Amino acid sequence: MVNKDSVKGTLLVAVIMCLVCSVVVSTAAVMLKPKQEANALLDMKKNVLLAGGLIDADQSNAKAIEQAFEAVTIKYVDLRTGKFTDEAPAGGSGRAAAKIPSASEKLSAEEDTAKIIRRENTKEVYLVEKDGQLQRIVLPVRGYGLWGQLYGFLALESDLTTVAGLGFYEHKETPGLGGEVDNPRWKSQWAGKEVFDADGSVDISVIKGSVDPSSAKAKHQVDGLSGATLTSKGVNNLINFWLGSQGYGPFLKNLKAGEA
Amino acid sequence: MSKKLKDTLLEPVFNNNPIALQILGICSALAVTSSLQVTLVMCIALTLVTAFSNMSVSLIRKQIPNSIRIIVQMTVIASLVIVVDQILKAYAFDISKKLSVFVGLIITNCIVMGRAEAFAMKHGPKDSFLDGIGNGLGYSFILICLAVIRELFGAGKLFGFEILSTVNNGGWYLPNGLLLLPPSAFFLIGLIIWAIRTWKPAQVEEQEFTIAPNSKMPVAQQEA
Repeated sequence: MVNKDSVKGTLLVAVIMCLVCSVVVSTAAVMLKPKQEANALLDMKKNVLLAGGLIDADQSNAKAIEQAFEAVTIKYVDLRTGKFTDEAPAGGSGRAAAKIPSASEKLSAEEDTAKIIRRENTKEVYLVEKDGQLQRIVLPVRGYGLWGQLYGFLALESDLTTVAGLGFYEHKETPGLGGEVDNPRWKSQWAGKEVFDADGSVDISVIKGSVDPSSAKAKHQVDGLSGATLTSKGVNNLINFWLGSQGYGPFLKNLKAGEA
Repeated sequence: MSKKLKDTLLEPVFNNNPIALQILGICSALAVTSSLQVTLVMCIALTLVTAFSNMSVSLIRKQIPNSIRIIVQMTVIASLVIVVDQILKAYAFDISKKLSVFVGLIITNCIVMGRAEAFAMKHGPKDSFLDGIGNGLGYSFILICLAVIRELFGAGKLFGFEILSTVNNGGWYLPNGLLLLPPSAFFLIGLIIWAIRTWKPAQVEEQEFTIAPNSKMPVAQQEA
């Protein structure tokens, strides 16, 4: 047995330690990978269904989620042409595409109202269909709030104008203030709002204070979050951006006309 | 259970608390205590990591070369933390999303490292394991106290269930938003340390120096 404090002993122990630990770590990683990927996928499905208003917020049963998701068709949209495409977004459905130069476009300062810097060319959208008829469409949206990007889904009814729901599944807003974007009471007022005016241009805003229900624009306005001006602005900007010409605007027009 | 084992296990909860007396592991105590559920998972993860890293380090303590002992301890701890993180991602996905980087940061939690170096290198595996559990319990004790106060008064909830109905949900309770932010944990930890040291004055540290009288003051006033 070599002396453990000699150079040889030290090296020997170091090598054995590294081998043993790397075997332990890689075994755990490889064994658990399928389960983790299934979890990530299930989480995505759950968020889509929540925004689409197809399940309750406290539904966490995997089977129920899978079952509800059967009504959903995943399609890809090329935002440059505003049409469906068969080509899946580069780097999967996650956020990788916006970082790949060939799969995304850098936005100029005026275009980039949601402060996302690069916009991916292809987006995954979720169609809720019943007997071949479109019921709802769930669109992924993201944009900068106060501390970081908010990631969420906007669901529209089959008229592609009325909001069915809005939900963010990831954000870094201040708990209790901007974090109230998660508050079910605040989210519930989005349902029924109209995002386009009669001419088909985007008309939806998060305003400071409460919406006056008697005003003509009440259908196009949502109460701001008190104490969270910048978060409210961020939500306003990101919804306007994604419904606008750089976002799903052209696609929604085409879909309405049946040309997508 | 013999008295010695019981001491190893329970001493760190009140008498030698890793947070309140040793002032270790404050970072995660600030970060994860805004909700009780997340806190509990973090406590379990840290307790298990401390216990098993203590045990593993203790098992190989006679083989560890002195010159690389810290690195060896670090490797053991890092491996265990990665395994815990992977398990959480596989079996408690929602909570692992909320804990985000903080599970990974158990690696840098001074309690784990501190116990491996200070205790496990000198004691047998069984004692070391219990010492790890004990320190994990001490850490958990403080974290759970923080989380109960922060979630109840900051969000009006416990375990996500509404206890005090908040104004935002149409109730009467106006939550204290500061409690949901990390700095509030500093104040609370300070108050807990104050309470513990009033209860057990032996924990009060001796003053390292006494403040000299103000030499700029006029002599007459100094004497008065």
